[in-house]
Amino acid sequence: MGKAFVYGDDINTDVLFAGKYTYTVTERSEMAKYALEDLDPAFRDQVKPGDVIVAGKNFGCGSSREQAVICLTELGVAAVIADSFARIYFRNAINQGLPVIALQDAARKIQPGDEVTIDLAAGKLTAPSGAYSFPAFSPEVQAILDAGGLVAYTQQKLQL
Amino acid sequence: MGLTFAEKALSAKAGREVRAGEIITVEPDAVLSHDNSAAIAKNFAAIGVEKVRYPERIVIVLDHCVPAADFKHATNHKEIREFVAAQGITHFFDINHGVCHQVLLEQGLAGPGRVLVGSDSHTTSYGAVGAFSAGIGRTEAACTWATGELWLRVPETLVITVSGAWPKRIGSKDLMLYVAGQIGADGGDYLSVEWTGAAVHALSVDERITLANMSAEIGAKNGYIPPDDKVAEWLGCVGAKPCFAQKTQGRPDFSPAETSQGDTGLGAEAPSYIPEKGKEADSNSQQGEAWLRPYEEWHTDPDAEIARAVQIDIANLAPQIARPHRVDNVADVSAVAGTRVHQCLLGTCTNGRLEDLMAAWEVLKGRQVHPGTRLLVFPASQRVNRQAVKAGLMEQFIDAGAVWMNPGCGPCLGAHEGALAPEEACISTANRNFKGRMGTPESEIYLASPQSVAAAAITGEITDPREV
Repeated sequence: MGKAFVYGDDINTDVLFAGKYTYTVTERSEMAKYALEDLDPAFRDQVKPGDVIVAGKNFGCGSSREQAVICLTELGVAAVIADSFARIYFRNAINQGLPVIALQDAARKIQPGDEVTIDLAAGKLTAPSGAYSFPAFSPEVQAILDAGGLVAYTQQKLQL
Repeated sequence: MGLTFAEKALSAKAGREVRAGEIITVEPDAVLSHDNSAAIAKNFAAIGVEKVRYPERIVIVLDHCVPAADFKHATNHKEIREFVAAQGITHFFDINHGVCHQVLLEQGLAGPGRVLVGSDSHTTSYGAVGAFSAGIGRTEAACTWATGELWLRVPETLVITVSGAWPKRIGSKDLMLYVAGQIGADGGDYLSVEWTGAAVHALSVDERITLANMSAEIGAKNGYIPPDDKVAEWLGCVGAKPCFAQKTQGRPDFSPAETSQGDTGLGAEAPSYIPEKGKEADSNSQQGEAWLRPYEEWHTDPDAEIARAVQIDIANLAPQIARPHRVDNVADVSAVAGTRVHQCLLGTCTNGRLEDLMAAWEVLKGRQVHPGTRLLVFPASQRVNRQAVKAGLMEQFIDAGAVWMNPGCGPCLGAHEGALAPEEACISTANRNFKGRMGTPESEIYLASPQSVAAAAITGEITDPREV
């Protein structure tokens, strides 16, 4: 499905999308240009649609800025796989329709450049080191993902 | 089995008894946003609803880049003002108010038992006055504007009990950094973090806000300090009413038996400011409106299920500092003493209140800012600014060589004023020291207390504030 880009623990929103751009970069497509600027400047040129980000614990800690999710979805990142996620990042990702998968020791099970395949419905992830299962999302979260994100979900709810 | 604060506050909102782990839909009492409101308005427009569900529950404060740094930020502010006018949003606070969290508190919009969400991670701040408050993202803020509701998972609870007498020149920021160093940046992930114990209740509300605010830095969903009489008094001072519905049932005994705040060391010549009850509310303060539920105090039952409990004794706590580039990379200030700092930042939503400025002045008084560094002072709000001017603090700081700035978020997120150059280091009272946070990844940020920032301003290097 895609290639893995692997990072460490506590990857924060400032290195995913720097604060200095938060009020001047307003177009979604433009946000992609600044993805991971202070973490891995080569990322935005190397990543291809379908690739995944793999990290340790507490991915996305820090600010509530949603651009830290959107800059990834705009580049076609298919999922983020990490030991754990900071709570607002988790919510933002679900709300943007980006699957965030909690997998223990993710950054040890998956190496940089590994080909990773994810079956969301089955809760299964396959990497060169083996096949792993991950727990299903709660029904509330799954409903938002199924709708394609929170805006679409809200439109359904309001019958728009 | 009893209930935690979070379970009680969210049960009251949900209209039924809820327990940790449940996902519920609630109508928050208020939804906060700031300079990001134009982006939220864009998301709101994408939903396709014409009018926001509850215009009176939307609180918008311009603070992140005020006054506008350039035409792009000016345009952002203009779009927000236009949206506010079109939607009839009454709780709008333009650039002459201050940092959103301080302003919302000063307006009396947060209080015991209220449930608030905000499109800013430091929305946790309102737990200092007994509210349940959590940060959310932009898209869900937009959807909450449209529907008036959003989903929340009822969090498990981490209780941090603090005992001991406060040593000289040690404050809540040192405690907060110490805890971050001990339990880590993810030590409170998803949790309702309760700060309690005699040493916490010995703190003023101003100092408690630092704990609730920075609970976000250990991953907390919300920070909370059980409300006591000091909270009632504080809310009375900002003109909030009715203060409490006199519902103090279930309130534990917070009497600070062996704990004292200690001598402030300010001395007789200190600038002083005594707030007058109810006299300080802004003329457009909105408290006591019919749409707001009265305050309700909620306290964790002794037999409630707690996910984790941590005990801290601060009697021997030394000044603490978070080294680059992590909030939990914490050491005693003495461990990095002598490190050159090019800028000292005092203020922000974490430590920009009158007591913070006073605590820094107590260290700085009679001294000068070292020529090798620069001291920037950002009061958290115009109310604080006015207090500081009245107390004579502004003049004292300017005479000492500080740069007195307008209230706002300023350099904390590198969006406005006081950015760092490559190879520069800053000691700051703000809440984050992530790489690149203040403008460039080649600079370094140390987080510390107002006292430690003042000490560094005197010497131009990181210095134990007890030794100047």
